[in-house]
Amino acid sequence: MIALLLRDLRLAFRAGGGFGLGLAFFLIVVVLVPFGVGPETELLSRIAPGILWVASLLAALLSLDRIFALDFEDGSLSLLATSPLPMEGAAMMKALAHWITTGLPLTLAAPALGFLLSLAPEAYAYLLVSLLLGTPALSMIGTFGAALTVGIRRGGLLLSLLVLPLYVPTLIFGAEAVRRGADGLDPTGALMLMAGITAGCFALLPFATAAVLRINLR
Amino acid sequence: MSMWEYANPRRFMGWTRPVLPWSFALAGLCLTVGLIWGFFFTPDDFRQGSTVKIIYLHVPAALMAINAWIMMLVASLIWVIRRHHVSALAARAAAPVGVVFTLIALFTGGIWGQPMWGTYWAWDPRLTSFLILFLFYLGYIALWEAIEDPDTAADLTSVLCMVGSVFAILSRYAVLFWNQGLHQGASLSLDKEENISDVFWFPLLVCIAGFVLLFIALVLMRTRTEIRARRIRALQARARRA
Repeated sequence: MIALLLRDLRLAFRAGGGFGLGLAFFLIVVVLVPFGVGPETELLSRIAPGILWVASLLAALLSLDRIFALDFEDGSLSLLATSPLPMEGAAMMKALAHWITTGLPLTLAAPALGFLLSLAPEAYAYLLVSLLLGTPALSMIGTFGAALTVGIRRGGLLLSLLVLPLYVPTLIFGAEAVRRGADGLDPTGALMLMAGITAGCFALLPFATAAVLRINLR
Repeated sequence: MSMWEYANPRRFMGWTRPVLPWSFALAGLCLTVGLIWGFFFTPDDFRQGSTVKIIYLHVPAALMAINAWIMMLVASLIWVIRRHHVSALAARAAAPVGVVFTLIALFTGGIWGQPMWGTYWAWDPRLTSFLILFLFYLGYIALWEAIEDPDTAADLTSVLCMVGSVFAILSRYAVLFWNQGLHQGASLSLDKEENISDVFWFPLLVCIAGFVLLFIALVLMRTRTEIRARRIRALQARARRA
């Protein structure tokens, strides 16, 4: 499992792996928002939590179809299926690799971009914590979606149609936690619910993902 | 003789043939009686005026939009567990009907909301979860259309339906956390005292029965079409090989 994780990470970090693409996309979206809604600081700081969450969700979505597509094409996914490693473990490692290459950098970059959107100073800690707790769920749900569409040519658009509704609860709790943090309210409830979603996703979705992969490899 | 024998495609085609016209006729009868009774022979509400009468379309459509998804979930489970092809096809057939019911509920709600709440749309928990349900239906249908091999498509959409059900319920309660809404609570239930008054209640029951029957009739008809389409495909494949 560790070897699979390291392999995926190496593939992502080296040339052509698309590492940093999600990060650049995140930056672009956040920079474009003030051009769209105007530069007033109060307005920006009010919508900043939502924008940061939606932008990181879209950035995570961007790299989803790479999770399985290349492995499916060159046959390494079939090799994985015949290896002693259970598919559930492989699915979880794939999600983890996706999180390390997109979710983690996004989380670390978000405070800097929050500065651009003049996010309320009290909210930075909650932004970090909520992204740290929430982006693993995004990766795991996305891995499930990627497994569903792996056999479909040009499935990228379908993938977003399938995955975006599944992202709704995570987005609600994440943005709500940051907003409550910014307003000086207690965001623990939202954070705990989101942690629950993440834990539930990692407990259950690997099984669904593995089942779907087996169907697609049949 | 078990109930599963009715799921054999040939038997299914056999027993649905006589049932289909009856269910359509009953649905038409219930809807005509219910709607005419509701629209013309019930008094106006003293605060809402005659706008209250949209309840005869809104409530049954919303009810069936959710029940259609539940029916798809059950059919998907039957397909995954017992691999009855008719079950997978019935789930596929129900999805577009569910979409239309969801849209009817959303539109009639908007039409009623404009004079009553002063807005067609509000980000209210119930409205939002219906919009999310609509998106789930779209994704489900799109996945069916995208995959060529019918068995793979049936398997994948079944898994999506199960995972989607969990997330749909999750979203339903997440939006409650997110916004407290305008939508009133349930106006009918079997165990509560404060139902709507009988004058509105009886025509509404007839309308609900009509929508249920209409759903059954449409799903049966669409399933029959799917079975025929699959037979044609099998015949064509056989002709190509010969």
